[in-house]
Amino acid sequence: MIKVENLNVWFDDGYDRVDAVRGASFNVNQGESFGLVGESGSGKSTILRAMTGLAPTWSGRIEIDGLALHGHKRNRDFYKTVQMVFQDPYASLHPRHSVDQVLGEALHLQGFRDIDTRVVKLLDDVGLDRKFRFRYPHQLSGGQRQRVAIARALAGEPKVLLLDEPTSALDVSVQAEILNLLTDLREEHGLTYLMVSHDLPVIGHMCERLAVMKSGEIVEVMDVTQLRQMQAKHPYSQELIGVSVAH
Amino acid sequence: MNTPTSYRAWLLTDAPTSRNHARLSSFYKGWLSFRSNPMAMFGLGILIALLLIALFAPILAPHDWQAQDLSNRLQPLGTPGHILGTDSLGRDILSRLIEGTQITLYIVTLVALIAPVAGLLVGTVAGYAGGWVDVVLMRITDIFLAFPRLVLALAFVAALGAGIENAVLAISLTAWPPYARIARAETLTIRSSDYIAAIRLQGAGPFRIIIKHIWPLCISSLIVRVTLDMAGIILAAAGLGFLGLGAQPPSPEWGAMISEGRRFILDHWWVATMPGLAIFTVSLAFNLLGDGLRDVLDPKDGDSQ
Repeated sequence: MIKVENLNVWFDDGYDRVDAVRGASFNVNQGESFGLVGESGSGKSTILRAMTGLAPTWSGRIEIDGLALHGHKRNRDFYKTVQMVFQDPYASLHPRHSVDQVLGEALHLQGFRDIDTRVVKLLDDVGLDRKFRFRYPHQLSGGQRQRVAIARALAGEPKVLLLDEPTSALDVSVQAEILNLLTDLREEHGLTYLMVSHDLPVIGHMCERLAVMKSGEIVEVMDVTQLRQMQAKHPYSQELIGVSVAH
Repeated sequence: MNTPTSYRAWLLTDAPTSRNHARLSSFYKGWLSFRSNPMAMFGLGILIALLLIALFAPILAPHDWQAQDLSNRLQPLGTPGHILGTDSLGRDILSRLIEGTQITLYIVTLVALIAPVAGLLVGTVAGYAGGWVDVVLMRITDIFLAFPRLVLALAFVAALGAGIENAVLAISLTAWPPYARIARAETLTIRSSDYIAAIRLQGAGPFRIIIKHIWPLCISSLIVRVTLDMAGIILAAAGLGFLGLGAQPPSPEWGAMISEGRRFILDHWWVATMPGLAIFTVSLAFNLLGDGLRDVLDPKDGDSQ
């Protein structure tokens, strides 16, 4: 479903050039949930931003659903196939748009015309009561906002969801709710997930396979069973697992 | 749903039932917070009074504003029949002030419609597009900003010819650059935010993003800025009138009235003072209103509700 080969992403040119991602390669199969783990600044979110065209300077090969991507321009098919859920639900919703406007506009842009029925269905899908439909973001809690953001991502019935630390800005109790919601939605809609997190237990709960990143490079790709049995090969992965177990 | 309290509850609900309900509800909450500011209410009261006076000027004016009576010129305050006295041609000053509200409102409305819209358009396009579009548009803005406002307006009026429409045009041409700067600065902070990235990922084009996503966030700070600038706009129009480049005699524009009264200011001070007080009152009202609107509309406060 997702094929990434020898991906390099950098910011600025000349003296200021920062190589955020170097030579990253991995595959995500149809219906699979794949995790990218690493410390902050290890380039995991940058991979998502390169895929979505938000980080324009990259080289290598990215292929999603058989479609090779070029530069930072994406076409309608891409937006229909791939959607993203952002890290901070407080920053990813327009402060002056009600839930109804957010979802209605996403549906309109994705070419649907039966917007009223679909808005209600999206709210049901993400477990939000209908009374939230006409509220504004400042009238919602963090978890409710993230549900709206997930509903917006689902509006175009995508095949791939890119999840950029979708729970790291939320309370622990709300984190579990959102993760369970994401697990349920994957089953119902047959979605493929590419999830970024610095939180190993979250990745262990959500994903079948994962890649460990360190300063812009993928040091190891492993199964979750390997992770659970603490059979990481690379010393950095072992260290990361050790720290996470200690907590 | 038919008693005042239930209307209130319906408006203050945190679970609106329709689009219009949600809109009305947030409008009502803004009104409540505006109403709790007595100075802003005072400003609003003056402006509503001004609007009513302008609407009913022919009925309210005690005399014909053009009627001259040279045997009755330069009468002091409190003269029977002429409470605010008469000017150098024996015209009733109160009637001329009342008639002049229409001109003042006309100027203010036209400038308020032209300048902020032009500034918003230039600023948001420059901020969102970036690159050479940004450079070109902002350097043009800088050129306009570099001139002193009244001098530039004078040059425009001199080129276009004296008159109230040209004065409005000249003031608008000099007033838009600050709005463009504000709008661009706001756009720069907004355009890199996650909600813009999210709507781009839904396939929204630049025009939809600018008009539906960036404008609503810029407009509130612009409205505040415009009401605060209104005082300056009235003064600029009065200044042009005073210099003889705005409204032409016998038009009862307040600045032009001051200009006429200047010749007698030592012996007959009220001729210039009364229109001056009118300008002062309206400018103050706009400033107070702007302060109150800033408290209500500032998006930074709106978020933390």
